[in-house]
Amino acid sequence: MTMARSYWLPIGAGIAMMLLPLLLTNPYALSVVVLALLYSYLSLSWNLIGGIGGQLSLGHAAYFGIGAYTSTVLFTELGISPWFGMIAGAGLASVAAVVIGMPCFRLRGAYYALATLAAAMILMVLVENTNDFLGGPRGLDVRLLHDAPLSFQHTDKRFYYYIILAFVVCALLINAWALRSRFGYYLTAIRNDHEAAAALGVDAQRFKLIAAVASAAMTAVGGTFYAQYVLFIAPEKVFGSHLSVQIAVICIVGGRGTLWGPVLGAFLLLPAEDLARTLTGGTPGVTMMLYGLLLMVVMRFEPRGIIVLMERALAEWNRWKGKTARMGKGVA
Amino acid sequence: MSLLEFRSIARHFGGLKAIDAVSFNVQEGETVGLIGPNGAGKTTLFAMASGFLPPTDGQIWFAGSRIDGKSAPEICRQGLVRTFQIVRPFGEMSVLDNVMVGCFLHHRDRQAARNAAMAVLERFDMADRADQAAKTLTLAKRKRLEVAKVIATKPKLLMLDEVMAGLTRVEMEEIINLIRSLRDDGVTVLLVEHNMHAVMELSDRVVVIHHGRKICDAEPQVAANDPAVVEAYLGGDED
Repeated sequence: MTMARSYWLPIGAGIAMMLLPLLLTNPYALSVVVLALLYSYLSLSWNLIGGIGGQLSLGHAAYFGIGAYTSTVLFTELGISPWFGMIAGAGLASVAAVVIGMPCFRLRGAYYALATLAAAMILMVLVENTNDFLGGPRGLDVRLLHDAPLSFQHTDKRFYYYIILAFVVCALLINAWALRSRFGYYLTAIRNDHEAAAALGVDAQRFKLIAAVASAAMTAVGGTFYAQYVLFIAPEKVFGSHLSVQIAVICIVGGRGTLWGPVLGAFLLLPAEDLARTLTGGTPGVTMMLYGLLLMVVMRFEPRGIIVLMERALAEWNRWKGKTARMGKGVA
Repeated sequence: MSLLEFRSIARHFGGLKAIDAVSFNVQEGETVGLIGPNGAGKTTLFAMASGFLPPTDGQIWFAGSRIDGKSAPEICRQGLVRTFQIVRPFGEMSVLDNVMVGCFLHHRDRQAARNAAMAVLERFDMADRADQAAKTLTLAKRKRLEVAKVIATKPKLLMLDEVMAGLTRVEMEEIINLIRSLRDDGVTVLLVEHNMHAVMELSDRVVVIHHGRKICDAEPQVAANDPAVVEAYLGGDED
């Protein structure tokens, strides 16, 4: 029975997601779902190093920005399709992950978080100061071609919906593989106690670096998607610490180191953020307050994330159901 | 043939000589007890041999190659492993998953690692605990798990850092039997232990450290009656 449930749930959810745009004719609602999927994808990418590997990165905007800028510059300046630019961005982000990771992985806990935060900020300031080449603080427009799927553009938003849905599925598969493989066991061991892991032959530095590179490359792909979806990028938007914090908090609130936690976090937090913005009439900083508050609540009551609460509730429900079924039999 | 050899190894912390020119070896198949009063430097020796602390001076040789200064994972892969005095299970992981981390050293495939880990747990009489979270085990079981994890890497030499500490008499007998059976399987054992009963039971030879220096290297009965050893434990200015 558990077998059946574990297979049918994702398949059912997959079919529902495939059909969703047919029902969701309101373009605003569709855009909320696309954003929730984008953040699911980013959080799933972060999950490899931040969740399973336990390295609290607060600098993932660095990779996102690299992805967005690489594909956009290649497209606008050289006419290279963003589909290829996306791969180039992933490559560059991997290099950045090695450069940032090598010194930073010697740091633990909050120090690592601060170092990654600083790395992303340095990149943002660098881009802001390259006026002519990267557009400086004003940002860059992506050259408009309207309906050009080969150039990663379309006026129909459903085009983007299916692309990001495919990305999320890929990210889920990567995470599912990671959680079940030697790689994932080693990362989990490192998160629990890196010295005890080293004593069992686990080269912590090496596995953290592999996880960071994969995570960075995936995040950069999300950056390209964002650039093509919004068709405009600016340093503050794609390199800003706000984005880094969002990615991390979504994963932590949803359930770090779990498969579905990041998706759950994104589908809870993005609509909530939207609602908060509407209710307060767009007061600046309200989303950050929401994130801070939610993070505190989750840390206080269930640091492993909301997904764990749901699993516990489900187990409780099954036990209750089993008990009533037995009682029913007794009466009969 | 000597499997592990310390050649006038030294470790200084600032002006303190925690280990000062200590030399001894462990022969293949032998069980050696490493004893000494608190603060003698036993754990420092372990940390150096297992790659957690680089020595200030001297050399460490294992199975024909020099290992001092190598990293902990490298040394583990060569077949020299250690347990920690304060047990360090991967708390959030299940008992089986803990042992699987060790098994992955020789089995890349998950199912193969799982089977190997199950076999280790059977051997350690812990198969019934396989799915339990490691942090919920009792101290005695956690100590057993600590040994099971490193045995999963199929070591040539096992360094045990006070696996008896905090155990009851019965639990201790169980661990003693376990170590003896591992030795019968051909695992060489270097054992840091405060419990004299366990040391006398298990060791073929005893090395005594005091104030960072070796003061005795002999059979257990001889060492126990050595005046310098008695002085270190009973006389002296500490303990």
